[in-house]
Amino acid sequence: MAKTIIEKVWNDHIVYEEENKPDLLYIDLHLIHEVTSPQAFEGLRLKGRKVRRPDLSFATMDHNVPTKNREVIKDPVSKQQMNTLADNCKEFGIPLAHMHHPDQGIVHVIGPELGLTQPGKTIVCGDSHTSTHGAFGALAFGIGTSEVEHVLSTQTLWQSKPKTMEIKVEGDLGFGVTAKDVILAIISKFGVDAGTGYVVEYTGDAIRKMSMEERMTVCNMSIEAGARAGLISPDETTAEFLKNRAYVPADQYEELKEKWLSYATEEGAVYDKTLTIHADEIEPFVTWGTNPSMGSGISAHVPTAEDYTQNSKKEELKQALAYMDLSEGMPITDIEIQHVFIGSCTNSRIGDLRAAAKVIEGKKVHENVTAIVVPGSFTVKMKAEEEGLDQVFKDAGFEWRESGCSMCLAMNDDIVPAGERCASTSNRNFEGRQGAGARTHLVSPAMAAAAAVTGKFTDVRKMNVYA
Amino acid sequence: MEPVKKLTSSIAPLDRINVDTDQIIPKQFLKRIERTGFGQFLFYGWRFNEDGTPNEDFILNHPAYKNSEILAAGENFGCGSSREHAPWSLQDYGFKVIIAPSFADIFYNNCVKNGILAIRLEEADRVIQAGKEGKSAAVDLESQTVSCGGHTWHFDIDPYWKQMLLNGWDEISITFQYEDAIRKYEESHV
Repeated sequence: MAKTIIEKVWNDHIVYEEENKPDLLYIDLHLIHEVTSPQAFEGLRLKGRKVRRPDLSFATMDHNVPTKNREVIKDPVSKQQMNTLADNCKEFGIPLAHMHHPDQGIVHVIGPELGLTQPGKTIVCGDSHTSTHGAFGALAFGIGTSEVEHVLSTQTLWQSKPKTMEIKVEGDLGFGVTAKDVILAIISKFGVDAGTGYVVEYTGDAIRKMSMEERMTVCNMSIEAGARAGLISPDETTAEFLKNRAYVPADQYEELKEKWLSYATEEGAVYDKTLTIHADEIEPFVTWGTNPSMGSGISAHVPTAEDYTQNSKKEELKQALAYMDLSEGMPITDIEIQHVFIGSCTNSRIGDLRAAAKVIEGKKVHENVTAIVVPGSFTVKMKAEEEGLDQVFKDAGFEWRESGCSMCLAMNDDIVPAGERCASTSNRNFEGRQGAGARTHLVSPAMAAAAAVTGKFTDVRKMNVYA
Repeated sequence: MEPVKKLTSSIAPLDRINVDTDQIIPKQFLKRIERTGFGQFLFYGWRFNEDGTPNEDFILNHPAYKNSEILAAGENFGCGSSREHAPWSLQDYGFKVIIAPSFADIFYNNCVKNGILAIRLEEADRVIQAGKEGKSAAVDLESQTVSCGGHTWHFDIDPYWKQMLLNGWDEISITFQYEDAIRKYEESHV
């Protein structure tokens, strides 16, 4: 019977199976960062356990790192957390891209960049956006700290077989519509828990035509639709991206490529559920609420209570709009912003920076707006500087920063003040996410750039940048 | 971890859907390198006013729920970030059981690993209501039941996780018993 990529990767990694028990799955790559790992390493020490496969583990510092001046870590607790990671990696022999290392960056940006991420692999990390790596046809999902400890000691995890879901994006994306708009539209249409209990495979023409960076943006936010993992079958685009990457041996490339492509879902394979969205119903998106499903197209309005039938949804809308200080029915284009953040594991790659730079080139950041660009990795930063993008941003009035997670979750000093509004290319608009009382609107890099220039949400398609 | 078997307690009713882990424990408290002491930060943004005083309107600050070991909430509880600090903070605060119509996958797993019983119950709204009325609930993992206000509801749980919780097993020690299978897998795949 024809199989999906999900079943193929799963079956390939079963170490042990027994009825009425989860499967014991082998983990090919364990990515580690400073926030969710210290208690796991401590657990190993307390029980005198070792790391089974340090060679299949890779660590970096991203959540806490300062993006202004690497030498100044104001919060001693942040500093301790990063030092603890360095000590743990040294003690257990795990490779680490520390804050000053040329491979440093957001864990989900550097995995693909280095070629550690490959089709058919099982990849885990103590971070819910691990689904990003699914763009390559890897089965990649976020885990908690207890599971981090389990993987460190055994290189395996007990996992119940997930249900499979296909999300098909049919047709071609319209002019000025990006991967970020696609995933925000999917989450808005199907809801924040549509994918709970499933692994999602994204299919359809619109997905096939996307670059690897765009596919990463889509898979990255699978968790915002409730799915621990979201992936895309590998193809020529995938293999081409991985050519000449540091962890892809050049002399084995052809052999690897053949193996990678063999994981693709077979014609006629059946999913437990299929959801479809048409590309032509998607326009540039802006979230107005406090979870990623609360979003609308740029030409739409903030909904009203009458748009919902369930009382719990009406109540949720009321709470969200109170927090966001917006009124029912107001046009999205009337929302004024004070901050712009271009960055995060969703949108901080070179293509994202190019898209934003194209919009702001020759323009100025609005006088009411503070705008920052935080490249996803040191490598992205270097590449952008080579292309002169840093200058485009700086000339427009953006701050050009060092790489890290930064204002996506504001664990370092990059915080949106209470009551202020941010157009952000990140993935979560939860209450307080970018700072206590801060109001987050999720958008694509192009839409964030447009908002930076005009001081409010503006349809980037009307800004004459794509002529 | 401590085994979970049965308990009777008042029910703290958190009548909201899609409660995310950023609300359960905000990021500024994730910098600690210990597993303990997170209860003081639970629902920080909702529990406390900007000046650090308790927000009297928030349900957990109501004296009736001071000693509740059961939290009842709306659908998709624990969505968002994978931070295990969320179950650590709930547990450290004193919750042993969480009842909701549905949970986010990673959060649910994290609960099991820490000996918190997360119960998926279609009738969770009725448990929330009972909590608002000051009633208690009795939870029994062995028989997989929640009893409250004269009703008894059955809940489903994966048999493997049930055994883990009932016995308070350390999963890593269990996995070490499969060392041969892991080694064989490595020999044939690497």
